[in-house]
Amino acid sequence: MTASTVTQYRPAQRPGRDGFAQLLRAEWTKFRTVRAWVIGLVIAVLVMIGVGLFGASAGGSSCQAVSGGPVRTGGACAPTFPAGPGGEPVTDSFYFVRQPLAGNGSITVRISSLTGLLPPANPGPVATDTRPGLVPWAKAGIIIKESTRPGSAYAAMMVTADHGVRLQNDFTGDTKGQPGAVTTTSPRWLRLTRSGDTVTGFDSADGTHWTQVGTVHLSGLATTVQAGLFATSPEYSVISQNFGGGGGGSILPSQATAVFDHVGRSGTWPASAWSGGYIGAAGGSGIGKYHQASGRFTVTGSGDIAPIVAGSGNSGDPGKTITDHLVGTFAGLIAVIVVATLFITAEYRRDLIRTTLTATPRRGRVLAAKAIVISSVTFVAGLVAAAAGVIIGAQVSHARGSLVFPVSWLTEVRVIAGTAALVAVAAVLALALGTVLRRSAAAVTIVIVAIVLPYILGVASILPVGASEWLLRITPAAAFAIQQAAVQYPQVNALYTPTSGYFPLAPWAGLAVLCGYAALALILATIMLRRRDV
Amino acid sequence: MEATIEVSGLRKKFGPHLALNGMTFTVEPGQVTGFVGPNGAGKSTTMRVVLGLDAADEGTALVGGQPYASLRHPLSHVGALLDAAALQPSRSARNHLLWLAHSQGLTARRVDAVIEQAGLESVVRRKAGGFSLGMRQRLGIAAAMLGDPPVLMMDEPFNGMDPEGIVWMRGFLRSLAGQGRAVLVSSHLMSELQDTADHLVVVGRGKVIADTSVRELLSAASRDRITVRTTTRSEAMTVLAHAGATVAATGRDTLTISGLPADRVVALLGESAVPFSEVSAHHASLEEAYMELTKDEVEFRAAAAEDTTEEAAR
Repeated sequence: MTASTVTQYRPAQRPGRDGFAQLLRAEWTKFRTVRAWVIGLVIAVLVMIGVGLFGASAGGSSCQAVSGGPVRTGGACAPTFPAGPGGEPVTDSFYFVRQPLAGNGSITVRISSLTGLLPPANPGPVATDTRPGLVPWAKAGIIIKESTRPGSAYAAMMVTADHGVRLQNDFTGDTKGQPGAVTTTSPRWLRLTRSGDTVTGFDSADGTHWTQVGTVHLSGLATTVQAGLFATSPEYSVISQNFGGGGGGSILPSQATAVFDHVGRSGTWPASAWSGGYIGAAGGSGIGKYHQASGRFTVTGSGDIAPIVAGSGNSGDPGKTITDHLVGTFAGLIAVIVVATLFITAEYRRDLIRTTLTATPRRGRVLAAKAIVISSVTFVAGLVAAAAGVIIGAQVSHARGSLVFPVSWLTEVRVIAGTAALVAVAAVLALALGTVLRRSAAAVTIVIVAIVLPYILGVASILPVGASEWLLRITPAAAFAIQQAAVQYPQVNALYTPTSGYFPLAPWAGLAVLCGYAALALILATIMLRRRDV
Repeated sequence: MEATIEVSGLRKKFGPHLALNGMTFTVEPGQVTGFVGPNGAGKSTTMRVVLGLDAADEGTALVGGQPYASLRHPLSHVGALLDAAALQPSRSARNHLLWLAHSQGLTARRVDAVIEQAGLESVVRRKAGGFSLGMRQRLGIAAAMLGDPPVLMMDEPFNGMDPEGIVWMRGFLRSLAGQGRAVLVSSHLMSELQDTADHLVVVGRGKVIADTSVRELLSAASRDRITVRTTTRSEAMTVLAHAGATVAATGRDTLTISGLPADRVVALLGESAVPFSEVSAHHASLEEAYMELTKDEVEFRAAAAEDTTEEAAR
């Protein structure tokens, strides 16, 4: 070495340069130059997609459309369903006593009775008879509907078995009216008024004093619509909730019968008489009838006017959502956790951390740079895996003849990006814990026990539902809620359990729980990294 | 920035063990300062405190007048080689230097320059995990040189080096000092620093025992001593001891005498007809000087003796 190469007292700093970008670059160089870590992430991606495909190809390949009917397989089995105005799959089957209504107008009725029939209590080899009774969401009332096409827009005022008077519209809308059950001594008066695209619902106990329940907008509603009386009753499911939280048992049709009188109309009703008919025969056997005598209508129907709930097991349920194509997340997460932990613990193991902190004495910044690098690379890995899983999974499911519950693109983006975020935040948690513990095995074990284990216990029919839900509320595994594609509707009775794809927390709230854990761990790691000798 | 390391009154306890007990010294530019003491004397701890890796309970450590933690691109101020084995085994040597360079805003060109400087061109694409300790030391040197720093600090850089490597390392350290840099080199073997160090900071039990230039130390240790080369060693010992000298057998045919001037030794041996081939003023080795210096330190002597044995075994 010659003296000329030495710049003895040259100013070492570039003035004004913050240096954090350089630190990020250094940590990125560190990450990409250890082949095992890069391979580890590739494995994580492949495992996520692979296990997800296993989920996609499982199940859904045979079905029985009608009890006692032929067992079908493959594409023939794919359930068909109408789509509601919002694009969501819906059940739209009910008995409809209707007349066209041209332009604005209103319809008013009094309902004095809602009764029904339930399937046999003990469905078994010895067939017993049906018995009187109502399912909680048995409903009857008045409806203004775009057309008789299943899935078309509507607004309805109804009485229900257990949920009082409701104003419902377009399958997902549900507004509460007067509470209580309807009886001959306590009848309910209902009114729907159409004005352009707006339909307003009223209820009353006496036909004199009216209360507005709500107003709904049915955009682009045709001038002439179908209006009239309806009755329907969702399937009766003997939900034998076993210890695993899995719903078992039989799902059989029920029916509801309502008695209407004081039918009043205003506006232009061009038809001369009422006509009755069953709408949406696909939703079961199409039970329904009506009887009219001296202003009294007795209408019986079976089915439901409601969104289809994925994973409910009800007829028409496609059974699968894009979430099912992401079941490999937990497995890929294990590899991600190992890589993220090693990103810091490998430095401790070799005392390389000393070199790192000699190069950058500001320790908090080192940890921040590491967190940003590891979360970025794992986010990208998660994004690739989730997007590929959803796309390939849809094709595999289609080929297998099982239909994937359609969701809006917004939901799809949330699930895919959310999965990537889940992976990235879990990586930060692992990094932080690795910093605190300085031991690979201990940190990896704790993070897996904190995230992966509660998830598996929560969704895999091992614990009682209550315990599963608590696990998925308070542990970092709550973040898996971000993957929920199915929507829970209060106006549909179903088994909303983690096993069937329903998490106790809202998607972003669940992710926030994991973020909270990661933030706490990162704060602890920063404090300890700053304080400790290395 | 001034090329100095100033350590003042460092105290540090690891549990009940007092690792540093008032460590104080200054490393000046333009010379190689040997940092010597037995294992456990506090050399590595002092270096970690200087680099801000360990926090001292008391005292200050400054590099060029500034605490290390306040340096923004520290590798341009201090180049340190603490532990040559501190590498990610699966990362290539070049990539190891590359991330370090990136952390200081330096480019790959600078990486290639220090690779050449350390003589690592042929192996630099290989995984660092496969490196011998000597090669790792060279990689550590390359890393320390990245920022072209005015201050260098190396912990046991001769460890694991082959003789050729030791010669290279000595020349390298001397050239760094020759360029006006401050170089602090620790060793538990005084012999390693022979012909390398200009100045010595001798430490034991966490504090400085001697802070002296090598020249002064050697002349102090050589003073009043005479080396006699003779084939009849025992007879010569008897004669000289009888005359009141302190005699030590330092080789198969050499004796070291103190307490008698050279002319008196020649006369005595002549009178007694003891043959001898040489009488000369003694030139103490650095190691002897070290032994002399630390003879009062009990802990030292045991440790030093061990080290000598170790060295003899090499």
